[in-house]
Amino acid sequence: MAFQYFVPHYLSAAIYQNALNWTIIIGIFTLVVGIGSLISLHYDKIARRKEHWPYSVVTMVALALMTVIGLWSPDAIQNPRGLFMHLYFFVLAPVTATMFALLAFFIASAAYRAFRARTVLATLLLLSAVIVMLGRVPIGEYMTGWLPEGLRFSDIARFILDYPNTAAKRAIYIGVGLGVAATSLKIILGVERTWLGGGQ
Amino acid sequence: MAKSSFWQKVIDIDRRWIYLVIGIVTFVPILKYIGMPVAVTSEVKAVYDMIESLPPGSIVMVPMEFDPATAAELEPMSRAVLRHCFSRNLKVISTAFMIDGVVLIERDLREIAAEYGKEYGQDYVYLGYKPYMQIVLLNMGENFRKPFPRDYYGARLDELPMMFGVNNYSNISCIVNINATSGADYWINYASGRYGAKLALGVTAVMATDYYAFLQSGQIFGLIGGLKGAAEYEKLIGRNKDVANRSMDAVSVAHVFIILFIVIGNIAFFVTGRQKRL
Repeated sequence: MAFQYFVPHYLSAAIYQNALNWTIIIGIFTLVVGIGSLISLHYDKIARRKEHWPYSVVTMVALALMTVIGLWSPDAIQNPRGLFMHLYFFVLAPVTATMFALLAFFIASAAYRAFRARTVLATLLLLSAVIVMLGRVPIGEYMTGWLPEGLRFSDIARFILDYPNTAAKRAIYIGVGLGVAATSLKIILGVERTWLGGGQ
Repeated sequence: MAKSSFWQKVIDIDRRWIYLVIGIVTFVPILKYIGMPVAVTSEVKAVYDMIESLPPGSIVMVPMEFDPATAAELEPMSRAVLRHCFSRNLKVISTAFMIDGVVLIERDLREIAAEYGKEYGQDYVYLGYKPYMQIVLLNMGENFRKPFPRDYYGARLDELPMMFGVNNYSNISCIVNINATSGADYWINYASGRYGAKLALGVTAVMATDYYAFLQSGQIFGLIGGLKGAAEYEKLIGRNKDVANRSMDAVSVAHVFIILFIVIGNIAFFVTGRQKRL
């Protein structure tokens, strides 16, 4: 596929298309493996009455219920008034939204307890975080809107995002890219074999 | 001694008090709208300008990858972008590569299209979900019909008037990808990098910092970050009272209180630390 990227010959394009098709086919089979392993894991938890096993019952019931209702009604996802869609909008949607919303509370508590100016670097991080937080919300504009351009929270936040942040992110991306390329080469050339399992 | 015990108590405060304060300061501004000023940033304006510059009838792709968990941030953004597209009589193609959000996105698309009297198949098309988005993105670069021979509703793409002669990214004026996942990287790598599509991203606030590097390099032409970005877009399309703008007060006040917590936590930390050393 990497070869095809640089050589758009019809032959390489055909091989490329075949590879894409095969990837989809293989990928779909991994779904079966995934569902199988989910059922096996939770069945084991329930059978052995392991810690928090009632949650596994909820998982299994939810999996079975949504599958049965979805298969029972062929237009399940196209009928906004059907049971499947009601379960989605009135159970799944509020539950997942609630879980994510809790993050705000945990972040506030964690920031209170852990965000300490213990060292110079930690202080710099703290100050940057405060400036970016204020610079990215209207209240920052409200507080420093009277200052000349360039000194407002929003301007300093923009500077932090455009320069130190971008420089650090690029270094990380380049490092990760080189690491992935090196590891891939090691796997392709057989130098790295731990992914095959077995051995020490 | 009394002073010491006070700051120690501050450090050891029950976290549920913090939860209560955050709950109150988030809830009250939602009830009582203040309307703090929302300044428009250049990266959001760039998305608006691009859509504004397209002639009517152009096709904009708005793939949306979010679920109910991230809908609070990304749904207002999607609605604002869709409203802008439909108000300019642009045609919209949409996909959803996050399985939990497929029906949510379909609802948004259907509702906003109905607001502007747009007809399915003529003015917009929803392709729905396919697994393994990297492969789907690459296939869409060849032909939309390869990964999506049929749309979300089961109609063949060739039966939809809007799709006549629309084969791949080269027939799309621009892509505005609203994304809550690292799938945004694939859009950059494949749609923009591999096939040269003009791409802008709408992402959650926490993800936004990751994409400034791509904005600066020109790999994306615009960036809408979080609820604030959505509020900016709403302002640009003249809908200052929509949900993102109305939420900005709560977001602002919550930010200020989190900063206050950090300041109080640090004061308590230093006072108790100094007293322990004395």
